[in-house]
Amino acid sequence: MADQPLVRCERISKHFGEGETRVDALRDVSLDVFPRQLVALLGPSGSGKTTLLNIIGCILDASSGSMAFDGETVLSEGRWLKTNLRQLRLHNIGFIFQFHNLIPFLDATDNVALVLQLSGEEAGAARARAVELLDYLEVGHRRNAMPANLSGGEAQRVAIARALANRPRIILADEPTAALDSKRAGIVMDLLRKVAIEQDAAVIVVTHDEKIFDRFDRKFVLRDGRLETGDADPAKLDASAGVATVGGGAGGL
Amino acid sequence: MNLAYRDIRHGFGRFILTCIGLGLLLGVVLAMIGIYRGLVVDALTIARAPAVDLWVVEANTRGPFAEASRIPGDVREAVARIAGVESAGGITYQTVEAEHIGAKLRLYVIGYEPARPGGPPEIIAGRGIARSHYEMVADQSAGLVLGDRLRVGRSTFSVVGLTRHQVSSGGDPAVYITLSDAQKLQFDLAPPAARIQQARGAVGAVGANRDTVNAVIARLQPNAAPEAVAETVRRWKHQAAITQEAQEQILIRSLVDRARRQIGLFTSLLLVVSAVIIALIIYTMTMEKTKQIATLKLIGAPDRTIIGMIVQQALALGLIGFSIGAMLIATISDYFPRRVVLEADNMLALGLIVVVVCLMASGLGVRAALRVDPATALGS
Repeated sequence: MADQPLVRCERISKHFGEGETRVDALRDVSLDVFPRQLVALLGPSGSGKTTLLNIIGCILDASSGSMAFDGETVLSEGRWLKTNLRQLRLHNIGFIFQFHNLIPFLDATDNVALVLQLSGEEAGAARARAVELLDYLEVGHRRNAMPANLSGGEAQRVAIARALANRPRIILADEPTAALDSKRAGIVMDLLRKVAIEQDAAVIVVTHDEKIFDRFDRKFVLRDGRLETGDADPAKLDASAGVATVGGGAGGL
Repeated sequence: MNLAYRDIRHGFGRFILTCIGLGLLLGVVLAMIGIYRGLVVDALTIARAPAVDLWVVEANTRGPFAEASRIPGDVREAVARIAGVESAGGITYQTVEAEHIGAKLRLYVIGYEPARPGGPPEIIAGRGIARSHYEMVADQSAGLVLGDRLRVGRSTFSVVGLTRHQVSSGGDPAVYITLSDAQKLQFDLAPPAARIQQARGAVGAVGANRDTVNAVIARLQPNAAPEAVAETVRRWKHQAAITQEAQEQILIRSLVDRARRQIGLFTSLLLVVSAVIIALIIYTMTMEKTKQIATLKLIGAPDRTIIGMIVQQALALGLIGFSIGAMLIATISDYFPRRVVLEADNMLALGLIVVVVCLMASGLGVRAALRVDPATALGS
């Protein structure tokens, strides 16, 4: 395992509203995620998982705390150090969604090539790379299919190909297997594992899906905005939460 | 990768149906503009037909179209003698109803003196009036054909020629007959009424001098100034003189002004309604893509990509809709009961208005799109 985390969050807090309506979504959350790791963010609804994923995905501001990608600080004292967050996302982060969110009017290849073209790649090269990725994810035979004509598993693989298009080293997935059966969920997790290893990437997954709990290297449990656990220890599974619990708020190994 | 084109291609049927709907609406706007223009053209047609420079009418009137005017026919000789006048002729105008193939036919009868100004500007079939009585040249919109015989008043006329685009400001087709026939039609009493008048001792009730006209029209020599000749006539005190330019202004301002303003107002309202509908369509099209816009933002698409998609689709919608509307109206304009005049500058102006409206409407969609939170893509 590399020494430097790919994602380092330090004392991230986020609250919505003020005064009596104030809701603390995250409270002093710290965690490190290293390359080649599959990490799960677990916890009941409203625990702050999606808020944390949005902050790591540079979609949401934090109220306080700092964050670094591969050693470079991007968020300090709750303020973004880069003004163009979309560029930051485009070049550093790949997103995978529960319902794949493919653009319905683009075929599988163009859904993937779009990300490359947004990065300035020429159309022909972008399509060639898209086809290469679809083949890599074993969905190349459906390259010309429109999203509406893809099965759930195929669509999710195309979505993973899109997330990988710019070779990001941070991949964020929001319930990527919730709409899939056990077999297809397993295939998706295998793919994410393959991507993490072959592309030296960190994969952070928000999930409630019990059937994939054992597929992660580490699990972080959030409850009421606090990080209850650091590393997952399958031996200490909390049966009621269905997740591992260990002491210590700060992440890291 | 052109996202606007891809989206349109993906939902082509729906997009083209929307364009057709918008095209019909813009077609109505174009038709109203055409009717508005046609009204003005129709109003000026009869006044322009004789191609004269001066109208001599009854004193203190603005005849013969805006007000009634009667002057002695021999004024033509006095007018013809004025320096600078090339030719002059008496003319009458009246509206009559005649029976034709079992239906009432409303006609605008113009009496003129053959070989003097005032006749039909062109003959598209047959010939001009050659005999002094009972021949007529009719506008083709009357539905008459060469050789038709038509009873007007107490006389029967033969249609010897056809002209086109000659209608009154009310849209009634014009027919041209000789001045003497027109005077008989306009001023002769019916025989019983004439006999009563004669019995009462009215002088010349029958066979009286009926050389009365509504106006004397004069064509001037190329170097003559219409206003100077008009001033000469005004000095006679018992006649009024109106230049062609002034006559056209009277027609536009007096005769068709209210109708013109009404249609203009209605056209403006239609334009506003069209603008609102275009804005709603584009706004709805944008809001339907909220999730896709959120996804595009999340994966890093810059605002210009999203704005470009919305603006291009709005312009495509407007321009295709406008083209459909323009083609539709150009195809069916001849079937309207009144003339529809489609002029290139009006079409261009409406096209530009549509472009501006689409840009403004897409601004509404763009505003909504820019407010879409990329985090929306992460939800279900």
